Amino acid sequence: MTSEGVAPLVPPGPRRVGLAAEYFLRVWRRTWVGSVFSRFGGPLLMLLALGIGLGSLVDDSSGGVGGVGYLFFVAPALIAVQGMMDAAQESMWPVYGYFTWNRMYHSMLATSLTVTDVVLGHLSVIAMQSAIASAAFVLVASLFGAFASWWALLSIPVGVLTCLAFATVLFGVTSRARTDGVFNVVFRLVITPLMLFSGVFFPVDLLPTGMQVLAWVTPLWHGVELSRDCATASADVMSLVHLAVLLVFVAGGLVLALTGMRKRLVS
Amino acid sequence: MPILLARGLTKTFGDFEAVKGIDVEVAKGEAFGFLGPNGAGKSSTMKMVAATSPRTGGELSMFGLDPDVDGAAIRARLGSCPQQDNLDEELTVEENLHVYGRFFGLPRAVIRERTEELLDFAQLTERRRDKVEPLSGGMKRRLTIARALVNDPDVLLLDEPTTGLDPQARHVLWDRLFRLKRRGVTLILTTHYMDEAEQLCDRLVVMDHGRIVAEGSPRALIQEHSTREVLELRLPVDGHDESDGGHTELAHLVEGVGERVEALPDRLLIYADHGDAALETVTDRGLQPVSALVRRSTLEDVFLHLTGRTLVD
Ligand SMILES: Nc1ncnc2c1ncn2[C@@H]1O[C@H](COP(=O)(O)OP(=O)(O)O)[C@@H](O)[C@H]1O
Ligand SMILES: [Mg+2]
Repeated sequence: MTSEGVAPLVPPGPRRVGLAAEYFLRVWRRTWVGSVFSRFGGPLLMLLALGIGLGSLVDDSSGGVGGVGYLFFVAPALIAVQGMMDAAQESMWPVYGYFTWNRMYHSMLATSLTVTDVVLGHLSVIAMQSAIASAAFVLVASLFGAFASWWALLSIPVGVLTCLAFATVLFGVTSRARTDGVFNVVFRLVITPLMLFSGVFFPVDLLPTGMQVLAWVTPLWHGVELSRDCATASADVMSLVHLAVLLVFVAGGLVLALTGMRKRLVS
Repeated sequence: MPILLARGLTKTFGDFEAVKGIDVEVAKGEAFGFLGPNGAGKSSTMKMVAATSPRTGGELSMFGLDPDVDGAAIRARLGSCPQQDNLDEELTVEENLHVYGRFFGLPRAVIRERTEELLDFAQLTERRRDKVEPLSGGMKRRLTIARALVNDPDVLLLDEPTTGLDPQARHVLWDRLFRLKRRGVTLILTTHYMDEAEQLCDRLVVMDHGRIVAEGSPRALIQEHSTREVLELRLPVDGHDESDGGHTELAHLVEGVGERVEALPDRLLIYADHGDAALETVTDRGLQPVSALVRRSTLEDVFLHLTGRTLVD
């Protein structure tokens, strides 16, 4: 009973993810100008204030951190921070909006797309945004002399990976949120403390053991360390461990995101 | 093969059963309706039919396919208008059509071509480059319907297509739906407006508390469950309980007039094939109604008879 003119069914796979991504890309193209300062300005200001300002004090008094100049110490870490911030911006309010405010996720699920397509499509656009933001940061920071070698380019994918580690987990959180009130709580109790205590501004060895454990079991510190290892061309076995942990977060986060979204959207 | 076939279809949320085993069959080209009050389980049913919400139990097939297995394939051949509009209001009218067409993987050129037709159909050609947000409710609804047609579906699902619209906007929308019907599109809709059901549906089921309580064409349902005419009577209510408008207390006064009497808080409904004759009997009994109106029976009367309640509260 097939009739002419019926939409061709797109088989499951990357093409369908791409169709979903197309929509989020369109939204991004419409809104990126408005958000460019809040997103990109933050890490850059930190780079100037801390890397250059505070950094000159640190370098004068103790010769940098572990022999590395403070600017070189902080700059790669800020790429990971930016990844986390991008994830936090993109994976809470907007995601919540797509199932409660404009209900576009529901729109998409009334078509040939599935929850997997929608979630992966949305996450891939977030990853793309993060790649652009990381690249822009590396470029601008290089102008300030914050990166000394081409290895710094490897920090860009690390920024994206850190972003995805947070984004997937936060998709999982958002899909289970009953109100949008929790997002402020996540910002205050998770995102901000992580930024302060994940080895971005000083090594975590200086923290009490309990807080070092916290760094170990959350993604940011791993992103920070891996990014730093890349940018300073000092990768070792520990770098692989950081990479593995980030990948585990992405994988686990994906499971959380997909199960949560499926429950929320297809009940 | 029927387009839609459901047998003992159920939907449960937690331990609440919203759809309690319904049997439905819809043939190609039919305009079929689910008529029932809020909470009857219409939307829950529609979502299962639209392959956007899995069934809890029973059998369900669309185009002979099982939504649990071939959901995406079914959705590709459906147009679906949910009860709540879910347009991207930041986008323009035509962008909404484009974006939705792309979800189906339609080539851009095909969407462009259909956009012209659909804008014309939705009477939105003039507003094509306007953002959706400031459009009227009726326009948004028409856009939602046009959007649902972008994949040129065989079947259009409409969950309460005109709820919340003013009478004029409803008539415009009905006119659009008639056109689709004439073009051979199968319409499956829900409504709690009996006039909408009467206007649009070849056949319908009356739903209440998750069950189907009657099925047939609007005319057959009225014939089977009501009389040809109804006499609506308001009597003076002094001295009677005001809290319910008093009319339930007065039902005994017109007992035996017509075939049946239903007492609503504010009026009595006397079911009789000849309303005027019934009114004469009433006045012969010495009653002096404040107002009396003879009208033909509607699906509202069918619902009242079957459930003892009104459709719209
Ligand atoms: N997701 C849900 N979770 C819990 N209860 C629900 C859900 N959706 C609908 N219900 C309940 O199921 C019943 C039928 O709802 P619905 O199908 O929306 O009816 P209708 O569309 O006829 O108004 C209502 O009592 C409603 O509260
Ligand atoms: Mg409903």
